[in-house]
Amino acid sequence: MKYRFLEHTADIKFQSAGKTLDEVFENAVLAVSNYLSRGSQIKPAKGKIISVSGTDMESLFYNFLDELIYLLDAENFVVAKAKVTIRGFNLHAELFGDKASNYKDLDHIKAATYAEMFIKKTKSGWKAQAVLDV
Amino acid sequence: MKIKKISENIYEIEKEGKMNVPVRIFASEKLFEKIKEDKTIEQAINSTYLQGIVKYALVMPDAHQGYGLPIGGVIAFNIKEGIISPGACGYDINCGVRLLTTNIPKTEFLKKRDLILSEIYKNIPSGVGRGGEFSFPEKELNEILEKGMLWALEKKYASQNDIENTEDKGQLKPVDSSKVSQKAKARGKDQLGTLGAGNHFVEIQEIETIYDNEIAKAFGIDKNNITIMIHTGSRGLGHQTASDYIQKMEKIYSFKNLPDRELICAPIESELGKDYRSAMNAAANFAFVNRQLITYQARESFKKYFPKSEINLVYDVAHNIAKFEEHEINGKKQILCIHRKGATRSFGPGRKELPSKYQKMGQPIFIPGSMGTCSYALIGTSKAEEISFASTAHGAGRILSRTSAKKNISAEQIQKDLESRNIKIKTGSMKGLIEEAPEAYKDVNEVVRVSHELGIGNLVAKFKPLAVMKG
Repeated sequence: MKYRFLEHTADIKFQSAGKTLDEVFENAVLAVSNYLSRGSQIKPAKGKIISVSGTDMESLFYNFLDELIYLLDAENFVVAKAKVTIRGFNLHAELFGDKASNYKDLDHIKAATYAEMFIKKTKSGWKAQAVLDV
Repeated sequence: MKIKKISENIYEIEKEGKMNVPVRIFASEKLFEKIKEDKTIEQAINSTYLQGIVKYALVMPDAHQGYGLPIGGVIAFNIKEGIISPGACGYDINCGVRLLTTNIPKTEFLKKRDLILSEIYKNIPSGVGRGGEFSFPEKELNEILEKGMLWALEKKYASQNDIENTEDKGQLKPVDSSKVSQKAKARGKDQLGTLGAGNHFVEIQEIETIYDNEIAKAFGIDKNNITIMIHTGSRGLGHQTASDYIQKMEKIYSFKNLPDRELICAPIESELGKDYRSAMNAAANFAFVNRQLITYQARESFKKYFPKSEINLVYDVAHNIAKFEEHEINGKKQILCIHRKGATRSFGPGRKELPSKYQKMGQPIFIPGSMGTCSYALIGTSKAEEISFASTAHGAGRILSRTSAKKNISAEQIQKDLESRNIKIKTGSMKGLIEEAPEAYKDVNEVVRVSHELGIGNLVAKFKPLAVMKG
């Protein structure tokens, strides 16, 4: 499983998994992209480099998701996938995505939240969970 | 957890452990059963741990699980010892509803319904990635944040009547646009006059029932004429402002002792608490202007087909906000910071905050139902001031997740159903339509019935949609 959506009355709850922390964050991007595109594919037509930092792993995840949401509203950029490198509580990512205005039927995310958020080590690697306010 | 039935439609969770106050739930048995199915109660209990909370944490009849505080949660704080929390106001700062009356008879409107719906759809951008025709340089954006509806009046997008009939005249204070980040401004700068996605809408309605003739008349409601309802908020600017301050507060105040990290907060009197309040008010002013510019576009759209149309604002309410208000606690009047997250203020007669025309009757309240069902106008009461910190419900409240809605309902089915009830809909997203299917929500009739029975917001009129434009 790269990611999956879970039941939540009002908002969007998802989990992502991976062998490494980098991969968990990369798979979280796939979940966000799947939600925004309402299940269709976003073309990785252009790249964008971002750096994000946090005070712990959860805040790094929160700030990373926050950045993806910001890019959609402010820079008309909808993400498709990412290559993520995490060092401590700092993250460097190469995002691939497309102009949002090229897609007619995108969904929207208002914000990331800390509700039910976790990032933990599992037997086979790492797992993360987040709820997005939509 | 001990649940006690206090009286019909009121339940209490007694104070225990780290709770500073009890939780009170305003719901019928039927609604309470739904409320118990998700994390609503747990989240309401978590909010009672917060410092300076007064009397009880409240859960409105339409409540459902959110993040931090549930949607439909109301909590009040002593302004000397209490806190202010972005997560307890909601990310969509000043998401709200306004109702407009018109002099256009339903029969005349129906003849031009498709034309008008298309015109409105063309003029009011909705969904994602469609910026509005209103884009302002930063200096003017700052003016909008600080002046709110007054800016709209100066630029002739609003009338004096529009200002009078908006909560706090559409200009919340204290306000400081420099407390809103560049990031938030970048998200919001092209979004004024746009609806956004999700459950936001512009709806043209007919009046189905009038419960209180005198008050309906004072609202300007004429049973033969159509009304217009608008539901949207502060868009990306508000969402980012909430996120920014959650991050800032985390750096200064530890969340380690909080039961939920999303409840991060700052003392109201602290510098950061004051900064958030100034930024939140700026975002709220942005939301008032957003609804006003949509109103302006709706008026222009109607004028094209009804040159003599008059469209008047009844009132504009905020249902995601923290406000300083005077309330009586144990016989003593005091100023409290009331957080309403998915709850509508319900002031009774005589409150100085109300426009003069509503002084004698109380505050107009609007409760939209789920898409294609019906909506209500209510009137605020003194009873609400006594038992619910002057608050009542804000909508139908979700019961079905968006994922299960998508699994179980089809867009064709919804459209067929709407058409059979003579409702026209226009949306940028057929998939989004499914998420907002009436089946995904509680029964709004039951929600307002409980509000009316409790006397925390009394029925005035019921509206049925004729045309809906959905975000």
